Amino acid sequence: MMTAARAWNRKDLIGIEELSRPEIELILETAPQFVAVSARESGIKKVPLLQGRLVVNWFYEPSTRTRTSFELAAKRLSADTLSIAASASSSVKGESLHDTLANIEAMHSDIIVLRHSYAGAPHMLAKRHASHIINAGDGRHEHPTQALLDAYTMLDHVRTLRGDRKATLDGLRVALIGDVAHSRVARSNIWCLTKLGARVVLCGPRTLMPPEIGRMGVDVTYNLHEAIHDADVIYALRIQVERQQSCLFPSLREYIKLFRIDRESLKVAPPHALIMHPGPINRDVELAAEVADSSRSVVLQQVTNGVAVRMAVMHLLANQPGRRSFPAATEERTP
Amino acid sequence: MTIAIINGHVIDPGSGLSARRDILIKGSTITRIGDSLRGNENIDAAGCIVAPGFVDLHVHFREPGNESKETIATGSCAAAHGGFTSVVTMPNTNPPIDDAGTLELVIRRAQETACIRVWPSACATKERAGKEMTEMAELKAVGAVAVTDDGSDISSSWVMRRVLEYADMCGLTFLAHCEDSSLVSDGVMNEGFNSTCLGMPGMPRAMEEIMVERNIRLAAMAGAKIHIQHVTTADSVDIIRRAKARGVRVTCETAPHYFTLTDDAVRSFDTNTKMNPPLREKSDIDAIKEGLADGTIDCIATDHAPHAFTEKDVEFQLAPFGIIGLETALALGISELVRPGVITIERAVELLTSAPANILSIPAGSLREGGPADLVIFDPAAEWVVDPEEFASKSRNTPFTGRNVFGAVRATICGGKMVYKSKDLG
Amino acid sequence: MLSRKNAMPKPPEPSTTIVMHADAMAEVIRRLAQEIVGGNPDVGKLVLLGILRRGRPLADRLALLIKEMTGISPPVGSLATTLYRDDLRAGVGHAQIGLAGTYFDFPIDDRTVVLVDDVLAAGRTIRAAMDEVMDYGRPARIQLACLVDRGGRELPIQPDYLGRTVAAGPREYVSVRLVELDGEDAVLLEPRFDSGEASS
Repeated sequence: MMTAARAWNRKDLIGIEELSRPEIELILETAPQFVAVSARESGIKKVPLLQGRLVVNWFYEPSTRTRTSFELAAKRLSADTLSIAASASSSVKGESLHDTLANIEAMHSDIIVLRHSYAGAPHMLAKRHASHIINAGDGRHEHPTQALLDAYTMLDHVRTLRGDRKATLDGLRVALIGDVAHSRVARSNIWCLTKLGARVVLCGPRTLMPPEIGRMGVDVTYNLHEAIHDADVIYALRIQVERQQSCLFPSLREYIKLFRIDRESLKVAPPHALIMHPGPINRDVELAAEVADSSRSVVLQQVTNGVAVRMAVMHLLANQPGRRSFPAATEERTP
Repeated sequence: MTIAIINGHVIDPGSGLSARRDILIKGSTITRIGDSLRGNENIDAAGCIVAPGFVDLHVHFREPGNESKETIATGSCAAAHGGFTSVVTMPNTNPPIDDAGTLELVIRRAQETACIRVWPSACATKERAGKEMTEMAELKAVGAVAVTDDGSDISSSWVMRRVLEYADMCGLTFLAHCEDSSLVSDGVMNEGFNSTCLGMPGMPRAMEEIMVERNIRLAAMAGAKIHIQHVTTADSVDIIRRAKARGVRVTCETAPHYFTLTDDAVRSFDTNTKMNPPLREKSDIDAIKEGLADGTIDCIATDHAPHAFTEKDVEFQLAPFGIIGLETALALGISELVRPGVITIERAVELLTSAPANILSIPAGSLREGGPADLVIFDPAAEWVVDPEEFASKSRNTPFTGRNVFGAVRATICGGKMVYKSKDLG
Repeated sequence: MLSRKNAMPKPPEPSTTIVMHADAMAEVIRRLAQEIVGGNPDVGKLVLLGILRRGRPLADRLALLIKEMTGISPPVGSLATTLYRDDLRAGVGHAQIGLAGTYFDFPIDDRTVVLVDDVLAAGRTIRAAMDEVMDYGRPARIQLACLVDRGGRELPIQPDYLGRTVAAGPREYVSVRLVELDGEDAVLLEPRFDSGEASS
């Protein structure tokens, strides 16, 4: 049974780990109306909920997909957007994170969407600045909006499959396959899915499985068959070729043989199992091209849902009860 | 001109004294320890403990090269505030203390600017590179009290063996920073559940234990003395315990944060919880406390490592390792060890005075008639809240801001001179 | 014991009044349908958009009546207006989630859109409805049909087709009950105990 929270009352969205189930459900229940906005055929794909607000996309790592998703989400809420692509970390560039953010805030920004190569960067900023911070990925730590759009996609399918708009993810069997150790998407998904009652199993090379990860409430196996034979969702994580150089696995060839999701390995999976991937896909490495393009793959729906979920998050953050409608001077806000 | 410290409870671990006594000081020496002594000036230490000035075997005073973080002057002031009258400085300065000229510089600076006694250590290998030995005999003659490459380990076992043999020949103890850096790689915190949740690279316990074991074996083979720095894990304590039982000449130290904080503290991403070796887990804290109680761990050393605010005010993975500790050591010892009954106050004083002094044969850490007037007066029951703005150190990188602690230094006397006096002293 | 001279006058007991019974409502709705037809000679260009929640069942009833009268059944859709409410942007409103959303599967360009709502008060909901409709296309005209006008306007918005005016004070709440949702037809005047609903 869904018992979504009545209202959102956090300044920022930094991670899933600290969220309660009702808070997650509030976001998932707020998203559908934004799916409809983006789906308008003849009408304008815009609503005025963030009119006059400034959303700044501050990305330290290059990312076309996530950045455009956030940008589109902001624009569809009628916000003004600004993109800052910082290619160097603060220490190399000479200007500290705090100084850069203070400069941005001097332009009266409302929401900062931050992607950074190091864990904890959004926490650092959220503590000392009044802006709403959305974590678009901090190092290997968390990528909360990705987990939320993934959960939304799974929920949408479960509800359609069962013909029950009130169905939940409780009991859903989700298999996350691949490089868990380096994946913020995996961590956020583990928190999100376990809080929503799903059963999560991780599978990948032992050398890419973080220590004591079982304590997050998941099962672990190094055998693909075991992981997917009863899975409702098979989620493939990106594998980066550079990991091979750090002696983390011997070759892509062997990785593919053991862990790739392809027609062969899917023979043991249930026919209804969804195929998901956070993108971008290394075709034929972690996911075979034919599987990525098959009808079981909901990768494109993840992208569509991503815009709607991000619209929901921005709306909930910026329009919290008690917040002023027009951007106030930074000093007047309670941090 | 005589000074008498009266009405205090005197603890001198070397002689086993723990009783009400008065102490009479003339010039820079203690002349009498007895009853009903009075001098020209009388300091009332009622309700307080009077102990030998504390001895810290492990501090970084950053001079030469990084004077913006700390200098010998400010560092010694911080030491005095913390009750320390003798400190052993580490040689990983810029340039490192790997030759007589740089060592003489440090010694001269200490004589000119330090308010307490500074006993410098020198590098064991040139530039701390772990390849070529330094001229240890000359360094000893100039005034080094120990050799160490602290900040790094010596990765080649061949070199380490020779360093131990040669140091021993020169009558110098090797202070061992035990770390297998290849295992550590880019780690920034303890490897465990917390590092998994936070997605930050970890430093597994084995990184320390492997080298503790190796370094002890090499020392045993060389018949040399070795002192293990900053012990943090349960298995390290175990390895040292068994080595001592076999008769190996090994001593070791731990720092207050290793018996106070676990890696849960890192979840806040506060860079003042980042140090090398890192904070571990509860089971390690329990083992460290046991080691302090049963004598496996010989002394407490702060590893006082100052860093400027702007250096630490960056992303956790980029911040430099290290925290300050001179001005919170006593309070943490009393709050975490004595009050909960892990050790007695006498043992705590021993861990901070006679034990460290004996490891390097430094003429300090004891109260005796005719001996140097280096002592500390502290109130073990005084409750206070840690506020780094009050610190004498130039730096503020402590994880204990706002912490409620017990045990405050009221006065520190070095060579008969009052080098620190708190406003609460009667 | 208090004497009658010193007794304080008691305030009137709060009570609910039925302003319109089911029969009166049916008559009023029929008249509304007649007026809409009268005001729109080209019935084929009409579309009805009911403002959720109660505007929709009303719009459905109007469509049936219009079909009876003219033989033409105007398309009916629903308008949620939630995403266009100015109180949500100001952080003073409370978004209800899980409600049905805006839905209509016909074009509105060049049509006459008749917005249908149960109670008109401040006018902000109608303004939001107009903003939303304009984002979907360019109707030739927009008209407003309301069952009840309870006054308290905050914007210059007036109904083209009005069932009945019900004078209600600030401490009173006009509510419409419909068989489709509430099991009965009635218009009620109730005391308002909360700090104030979002004005509609």
